[in-house]
Amino acid sequence: MSALVLTNVVKNFGAAQIIRDVSLEVPAGERHAIIGPNGAGKSTLFNLISGAFPPTSGEILVNGQKASGAPPFQINRSGLSRSFQVTNIFHNMSVYENVRCATLWALGHRYVFWRFISGMKDVEQRTEEILDLIGLAAVRETPAGLLSYADQRALEIGVTIAGGAKVILLDEPTAGMSHHETERAVALIRKVTEGRTLVIVEHDMSVVFGLADRISVLVYGQIIASGTPAEIRANKKVKEAYLGEEAA
Amino acid sequence: MSRTSTLRTLAVWVAFAAVLLVLPMVFTSRTSLTVMNVMGIWMVFALAYNMLLGQSGMLSFGHAVYFGLGGYAAIHLIVAIKAQRLGIPVFAVPLVGFMAGMAAGALIGWFSCRRSGTPFAMISLGIGELVAAAGFMFVSVFGGEEGISGDRSAGPRIFGLTLGPQIHVFYFIAFWMFVSTLAMWAFTKTPLGRLANAVRDNPDRVAFIGYDPQRIRFLVFLISGGFAGLAGALSAVNFEIINPETLGAQGSGAVLLMTFIGGAGVFYGPIIGAAIITFMQSMLSDFTKVWQLYLGLLFVVMVLFAPFGIGGMVARILGAVKRGELAEKLPGWLLGTLGGLTAFFGAVMVIEMAYRIREGGRPFRAFGRDFVHTSPLNWLLAGIIVAAGIAIVTIAVRWRQRGTLGAALRFREVAP
Repeated sequence: MSALVLTNVVKNFGAAQIIRDVSLEVPAGERHAIIGPNGAGKSTLFNLISGAFPPTSGEILVNGQKASGAPPFQINRSGLSRSFQVTNIFHNMSVYENVRCATLWALGHRYVFWRFISGMKDVEQRTEEILDLIGLAAVRETPAGLLSYADQRALEIGVTIAGGAKVILLDEPTAGMSHHETERAVALIRKVTEGRTLVIVEHDMSVVFGLADRISVLVYGQIIASGTPAEIRANKKVKEAYLGEEAA
Repeated sequence: MSRTSTLRTLAVWVAFAAVLLVLPMVFTSRTSLTVMNVMGIWMVFALAYNMLLGQSGMLSFGHAVYFGLGGYAAIHLIVAIKAQRLGIPVFAVPLVGFMAGMAAGALIGWFSCRRSGTPFAMISLGIGELVAAAGFMFVSVFGGEEGISGDRSAGPRIFGLTLGPQIHVFYFIAFWMFVSTLAMWAFTKTPLGRLANAVRDNPDRVAFIGYDPQRIRFLVFLISGGFAGLAGALSAVNFEIINPETLGAQGSGAVLLMTFIGGAGVFYGPIIGAAIITFMQSMLSDFTKVWQLYLGLLFVVMVLFAPFGIGGMVARILGAVKRGELAEKLPGWLLGTLGGLTAFFGAVMVIEMAYRIREGGRPFRAFGRDFVHTSPLNWLLAGIIVAAGIAIVTIAVRWRQRGTLGAALRFREVAP
């Protein structure tokens, strides 16, 4: 079964058509990158898939369940989790609390107010695992807002994967990072998306070509090409529209 | 939680209970009992309010609605206990207040919690005015301007308390205050309590980790409404009367003030705020006619310079003690406090003398001296005191920023 299916998805903001008839299928387990120039609609596409707002028309399926028109928490419950381009964490809460809150729903804890959270061993265990995985165990008590930028990005990924979603959407996870930090981030992404489906928006071409199994190129709200990194590199239309000399 | 921290937590609660038991033996006068009873009521109300403001980031201008409706449910029940000879002890009436507050919260929160931030605040303001106005209109339910009164000593007794004498009422309020505080503290340690913090910090992100932020806000609103209703019931038993004014803006404003001045960021902040403001309300009016001005001044100063409230300051001091930094930071803090008090005294002089320009009365007296408002020298003195206080505070702040007292005393910043 495909992890993610988009069929003829359109999004209008007023008179402006931002996403024009996008169809895309991502099989389970694939690492799929979406690239394209600024303003092509990459983040809008992510917002549509994750339920931040509904598509004007078309259908989106996440793990076989209808996602178009559903609120974000519903889509999250059907196994899709996303990160944000601008760090989007709980600033006044500790690193540990950030991750812990993100593990709760997937472990079957609902709006519980009759049990102490500290007594939930499964939550504690999962939180520790994630902290180890993202390498922030040493700063667990630090308020998230006081972390360094790179650590905040790592926490952003930690919060995204803590629920164990099968489909992970990462929106420019290495934006604004130094070369060294980017290398660390890519290693982390590789590690945490092991055995899951990854859809990633990224501007750093070395990251994209190093990580992705397949790449889709979005230009002016349309996918002009989809294929393996080698195919995309060789694609004439892509070269003209976007990659230019960079890929040569 | 580790074993030592569990034991420490337990010790704090046992100490809290012990203090409540002993308090009326230390402060035995009728006046202090009256004040402490009112304090207990407002502590519950302010803690309930802080579930919204501090823990979930919901600013409400109309929380007295739930306090008042809880109080009305309680007073009607108290009247019925006497008239119908119901076998219900008045001691249990706060439970009904809780349910009434929660029911009102369910009804109103159902639509108001769909919004957050400014729209939520505006809706709460509108509902507050609406309910208060309705309170004056429906005389049969709310008793019109004179309100509804009851007799708390009717009905069966519990723990041998007739609830007649003030001291019985003290232990009644202390019991419910302790239980409520414990329950609201425990709430912060549950998944919903933690998710409420997450909604406060970033509601949009909460939706992407599987929870509906609206539902979280609504549930917190229900529970907060319940405890506000319980506080209202305590008030109904304490005063044996409740009128429609209780539902209105004054109570809603007071609880906001208490919570903010006490510190919305720490759990015990509202307890401190309720104690201080109740104390000011009851005691300060004996010393000055313009005590409300001081309350306003305190609020403005806190918002500007100490937005984490008194509880936030306490938390910082405790944090410094824990990290062993107290010796290093204490001199600066003490200097700042000295400056603050000096400036405050100067402000008091200005306010008191200014009040007497139009209103007359006996001159302002402090430190065994009269300060007559007609003498320009006294005004000059007040100005100097305010300026000196501000200067001392400035030095204290620079001491922290620049590291040494020597550097703090220079006008210009010198590169080290």
